[in-house]
Amino acid sequence: MSDSASKDSPEQAEFREYCRTWLQDNRPPDPTVRLPLSALEIMTTEQLTYLQAWQKAAYDAGLVGCDYPEAVGGGGRKDCQRVANEEMLAARMPYFPNIIGLGMAAPTVFYHAQDELKQRLLPRLFSGEDIWCQGFSEPGAGSDLASVQTFAERRGDKWVINGHKVWTSLAHFAEWMIILLRTDKSHKYDGLSYFVVPIRSALGKGVTVRPLIKITGETGFNEVIFDKLEVDDSYRLDELGKGWQVAMTTLLHERGAGELQTPRSGGLKNKGSHATTAANLIELARTVQRDGHAAADDPLIRDRIMQQLIREVGFAQNQRRARVPDLLDHPMRLLLQNKLLASEISQQTSELALEVAGASASLYLGDDNAPAGGQWNLAYMNSYGMTIAAGTSEVQRNILGERVLGLAKSK
Amino acid sequence: MTQPDNFGFNEEAALLKSSARKFFADKFPTSTLHALVAGDHRPDRPSECLWDRSLWQQMVDLGWTMLAVPEASGGVGMPAVAVAGLVEELGRAAFPCPLLGTLSATYVLAACGAAGEQALAEIAAGSSAALAITNAAGSWSAGDTDVRFADGKLNGGAWYVQDARKVGRLLVSAHTDAGLGLFWVATDAPGVNVQADTIVDLTRDQAHISFTDVAAEQVSANGLAALGQAMPAVWTMLAADMVGAAEWQLQTTVEYVGTRQQFDRPLGFFQAVKHPLVDVMLQIDQAKSLVYNAACAIDCEPGRALQAAHMAKASASEAAAYASGRSVQLHGGIGFTWECFVHLYFKRQKHSQMLFGDAAWHRARLADIVIGPLAATAS
Ligand SMILES: Cc1cc2nc3c(=O)[nH]c(=O)nc-3n(C[C@H](O)[C@H](O)[C@H](O)COP(=O)(O)OP(=O)(O)OC[C@H]3O[C@@H](n4cnc5c(N)ncnc54)[C@H](O)[C@@H]3O)c2cc1C
Repeated sequence: MSDSASKDSPEQAEFREYCRTWLQDNRPPDPTVRLPLSALEIMTTEQLTYLQAWQKAAYDAGLVGCDYPEAVGGGGRKDCQRVANEEMLAARMPYFPNIIGLGMAAPTVFYHAQDELKQRLLPRLFSGEDIWCQGFSEPGAGSDLASVQTFAERRGDKWVINGHKVWTSLAHFAEWMIILLRTDKSHKYDGLSYFVVPIRSALGKGVTVRPLIKITGETGFNEVIFDKLEVDDSYRLDELGKGWQVAMTTLLHERGAGELQTPRSGGLKNKGSHATTAANLIELARTVQRDGHAAADDPLIRDRIMQQLIREVGFAQNQRRARVPDLLDHPMRLLLQNKLLASEISQQTSELALEVAGASASLYLGDDNAPAGGQWNLAYMNSYGMTIAAGTSEVQRNILGERVLGLAKSK
Repeated sequence: MTQPDNFGFNEEAALLKSSARKFFADKFPTSTLHALVAGDHRPDRPSECLWDRSLWQQMVDLGWTMLAVPEASGGVGMPAVAVAGLVEELGRAAFPCPLLGTLSATYVLAACGAAGEQALAEIAAGSSAALAITNAAGSWSAGDTDVRFADGKLNGGAWYVQDARKVGRLLVSAHTDAGLGLFWVATDAPGVNVQADTIVDLTRDQAHISFTDVAAEQVSANGLAALGQAMPAVWTMLAADMVGAAEWQLQTTVEYVGTRQQFDRPLGFFQAVKHPLVDVMLQIDQAKSLVYNAACAIDCEPGRALQAAHMAKASASEAAAYASGRSVQLHGGIGFTWECFVHLYFKRQKHSQMLFGDAAWHRARLADIVIGPLAATAS
């Protein structure tokens, strides 16, 4: 694609140069442990410590939170996070562990918290010293998020929380949780309020975190039980009863359609990371034999790999076109496709990789003969996490049909 | 060379696109198209060539037919991204005319060097043209022609020539003793016999053409090179047309399922209706982004144009097929009638889908570039 540097403002150009130099001089040491595909599957303290050290270094260098004001620990720059992201991805750095914090909690806190709270929370969020998690889903409230029942009862300046959150990624390492709570049982949407709650300090004192095991065998998400946890009213974001509106800020950013760019790093090549791309699929097809020939010489396989390549490039070109207003019929039309497309393309590509791998698709992480160390299997299974989390693909299609095409709301 | 982030789609391009949209919306609504081309419904009707010549003349007068002609040859020299914007609007209107053929001939002639300049000047002066480069077998590979050039004369036949009865000139590929040559021939020249095909698509005409001792002007002695350079633009413009037509199919169907009620609700409420329409949108958007990507590569990074154009045409062919199927299906019984407008686009899209290579054809060529040619042992 284009060299985005050619379109930089003077500030961006200078910052890009700085990022490049810094990244060259400060490449983190290779990890000694296997890293999971994404931060959502961090299982051990060793993995976390390594990744936290990287995030802290990047933050201290000014590559994280660049577009946030300095007063809240940001870089005070304009449109520079995108530049830092491009450089970090190009330099193939490790990813950031505080993924929920950076992607969801930070913009929500920034737009909806009191100044004092922002100044207290955001610097340690950006640095990764405080890991954050998101307590939205419950056993009875998934796609229908507004039906959450975890209840906060007012006691003077305090709130007492009782209830049960599930699928809470990173809760096992998190200091803080953004949480959607019911403060009024008589109104579905207007009965919701939004809080930040310190959970690590409350472990055993009103908060219990229990790991749930994923289909891959990995951990990473948890159930979190609240039993009379007391929190201060100053931890409430925005007004009482405005929880749903605040949650929309979170979801918009979670789905990659928000105003503030999420700091993003990644691409580090090691035993544990393996990008789900058509290019890697082609590499695989070159090495695997089918009927005595390389799979890459099977016309049907070639055709299907090209379908994936075209989807991948089409997605990248969507990102480019999303910034050309004259080529958009509806301002949200491409942005709202991001999450759906990214997750489904990744699912199709990894699924095809397993077909291409043939008999060796049976081999998993622990087997020395597994293609790409078994990562294709891991990627394929984890892709379902992506098509389920953050609004399932079905829910995304509802949103696109209703908000962009204007079709009748299903509810 | 690097590509601009915005595909090079500048203000001028935006203005051209929006004025084209207005032009067709004002002067050629779908009801007009239907009245013009759908008079005779008989499946075995003789093929007619129905189009609005006066509107075409207005397009010529607006300079739209010479947009791609280089300035040096008297044209406007607009970049391909701007031309693609216009063509997208042409597709949205499904306007029967030889613009695609004229543009295609322009891109090929522009790749012919000095020998093509006279022909380009004719296009700049208002001539329309069609490519006559396909053989009886319907091969889309450049060089597969049933025409021969010897002793100063063309002999043989060209097939699947688009809008042949609307155009004044043909760009013909023919075998010569020295390889593939390209020739510029008037459709009314002695020895040229245009035989109309009977086709499904009501918005085009198509013909096979026989050449008997036709005196022709050679515009290229290295036709393979010229076609190789120009075909990405030909495919990209056709894909742009398909994207515009698919957008019409989407919007028309969305409107219908928003008003038609069944089970006490608008049809669009039901996810079995809603979700496929979203998928149509996803496919259109992918194709559209790939079209502007390809057009930008043609303008700014020719070395990537071939790959990008294969992707654009493959993607547009899939999107067109899916949009067409859903547009008829989701209209129900009315969508199955001659009276409803959706069949006009359905047929245009099915025609465009295979024209100059369907999705699988383009993906096979893309694979040859990206993965490498098929090993001899495997074939
Ligand atoms: C890897 C992973 C990480 C996660 N991390 C977090 C986290 O950190 N914090 C958090 O709060 N949550 C998290 N989640 C939870 C996630 O947001 C929910 O799983 C998701 O919103 C779906 O809810 P559900 O699981 O209850 O499924 P359900 O809502 O019960 O859905 C089941 C099926 O029905 C379909 N369905 C539901 N409603 C409709 C509808 N209206 N129309 C059509 N189809 C419908 C769904 O698409 C799905 O296929 C995570 C989930 C995963 C898989």
